[in-house]
Amino acid sequence: MVKNIIDVKNLSKSFDISYKETGLKGTIKHFFRRQTKSLKVIKNISFEIKEGEIVGFLGANGAGKTTILKMLCGLIYPSEGSILVSGYLPFRRKENFLKNITLIMGQKQQLIWDLPPIESFYLNASIYDLDKFEAKKRIKKLSEMLEIDKELFIPVRKLSLGQRMKSELLAALIHEPNILFLDEPTLGLDINAQRNLRKFLQKYNKETNATICLTSHYMKDITSLCKRVICVHEGAISYDGKLDLLLKKLSPVKEILIVCRSEEDAIKLENYGFTVKNKIKNEITIKIENNSITSSLKTILNNFDIEDLFINEPPIDEVIGKVLIKKDYDI
Amino acid sequence: MILRKYLKVYKKFLHTSFASELEYKTNILVDLITAILSLVGSIFLLSIFFQNSGYIGGWKFEQALIIQAIYTILNGITNTWFNPNLTEIVKHIREGTLDFVLLKPIDSQFFISLKKINPSGFLEIMLGFLLLFFCVRINQIDLNLIFLTLSLITISCSICILYSLWFFISTTTIWFVKTWNAIEVLRSFLYIGRFPLNSFSFSLRIFFSVFIPIAFITTIPSEVFLGYSVLWKIVLEVIVATVFLITSRKFWLFALKFYTSASS
Repeated sequence: MVKNIIDVKNLSKSFDISYKETGLKGTIKHFFRRQTKSLKVIKNISFEIKEGEIVGFLGANGAGKTTILKMLCGLIYPSEGSILVSGYLPFRRKENFLKNITLIMGQKQQLIWDLPPIESFYLNASIYDLDKFEAKKRIKKLSEMLEIDKELFIPVRKLSLGQRMKSELLAALIHEPNILFLDEPTLGLDINAQRNLRKFLQKYNKETNATICLTSHYMKDITSLCKRVICVHEGAISYDGKLDLLLKKLSPVKEILIVCRSEEDAIKLENYGFTVKNKIKNEITIKIENNSITSSLKTILNNFDIEDLFINEPPIDEVIGKVLIKKDYDI
Repeated sequence: MILRKYLKVYKKFLHTSFASELEYKTNILVDLITAILSLVGSIFLLSIFFQNSGYIGGWKFEQALIIQAIYTILNGITNTWFNPNLTEIVKHIREGTLDFVLLKPIDSQFFISLKKINPSGFLEIMLGFLLLFFCVRINQIDLNLIFLTLSLITISCSICILYSLWFFISTTTIWFVKTWNAIEVLRSFLYIGRFPLNSFSFSLRIFFSVFIPIAFITTIPSEVFLGYSVLWKIVLEVIVATVFLITSRKFWLFALKFYTSASS
């Protein structure tokens, strides 16, 4: 049985947020008497993650995804509840715990701007107590996997965003961590760079059995990497389970465009009892529930003279978009 | 083992800092010229003060030069280590890049205090020592072992006090986010340290000894050089430096509990 590597129970986090009224009066008031309010950004959440799992955290901006990741890696103290990551209390930031994890943030960088990335890699290697030979071996292996072996000696400021992100990944993985926390790692990258990064993460997960916790606003990152998703809505978990189950729940019907040989057949089909979305001449679009697709298609093909037929999946972004605004998914 | 790791990391810090700075050759040249002009300007200013009376607060010009030399060494240390690193803390906290530091298996205070180095500050340290040796000659100071040990202790304590004060102010960024002004005020007070403490009024002397211990930073080491120093002052400086170092360390660890990281 695969053991749990992350165990979160009744976790909550509150921040003191200051409010400011508009205008000069508001500014002066804000300067002399700052009004603060305690805001509960994470509300009593619990979940477990197994070793080797890739879990996607989904949610709108400000839902609390990054705060959860930062509590998991020990950057932020939780207000209530408990977290165990690889058997450690993250916020104590014990050396052995830190050697096991890594955090990659798409919008922040740790590489030394004026120097080639290889200098930052060796610096990180010395911090993680790796000898020169081991560091060289790992840099070679990871740079080949990430396809950046040619960029290792070019100053970071001269690299493209994609090359920089790959270098950030290498810097963050040189100590071969077991748990990866990725906060929007593909932010701002072009389609090819995104795909390469996803391919690398898949390979890394397969080769090392590392656990990956990922947040991303690019649905392709989530659908191609994560079997399981945790949806966060206003600091609470609205769904925790398999991605394909969520997609089925969110889009229970498929749209089928049927091109009939004659308009008469289209009229006959329109009156047959299916839910019709629209009809233009001999083309008719109907909606069929996922669980009755096979039987419905059999009926249509047996009873009507059909020229062509298209089954349309609803766009994934549109479907997932529903998650970001809905509070609860009972599956 | 741990010491070996930290030495290895520090060697890497030195290497990457030098390499980064050497990317901008003109900047280094400008910094070197500024350091020389700044020292010449300071000596000139000091000579103007002494032009009429020849004595200020009981100190002769040649003796006051010792304070200037110690100030130059400390300013060099400030420019070499404190300025590039401790001002960066504010940036780390505002932009949330402190996250990377906190997630490394290394002491975060060590990392943020020593990661960068400004090589041009070394020239200032060297100029300070040259001036100090010149002062030793013109003041006919006997270079014996006790004198050298006491000088080393008091200058080390001065460095610790200055570092702790600066680090303490930078740490408050975790709550106040911007603390540039407070650091500028500290630097301004440090300028005052170029003059003998006795040249100020009694109330100012108390202020610079108790509230902002500038007196400990330059005057006490200078008194050692001139043989004026009394043991209790040296012991007091060691105690103040130790208390400041421990407090700044405890304060940093306490402040980290309130670190909320920047939003992404």
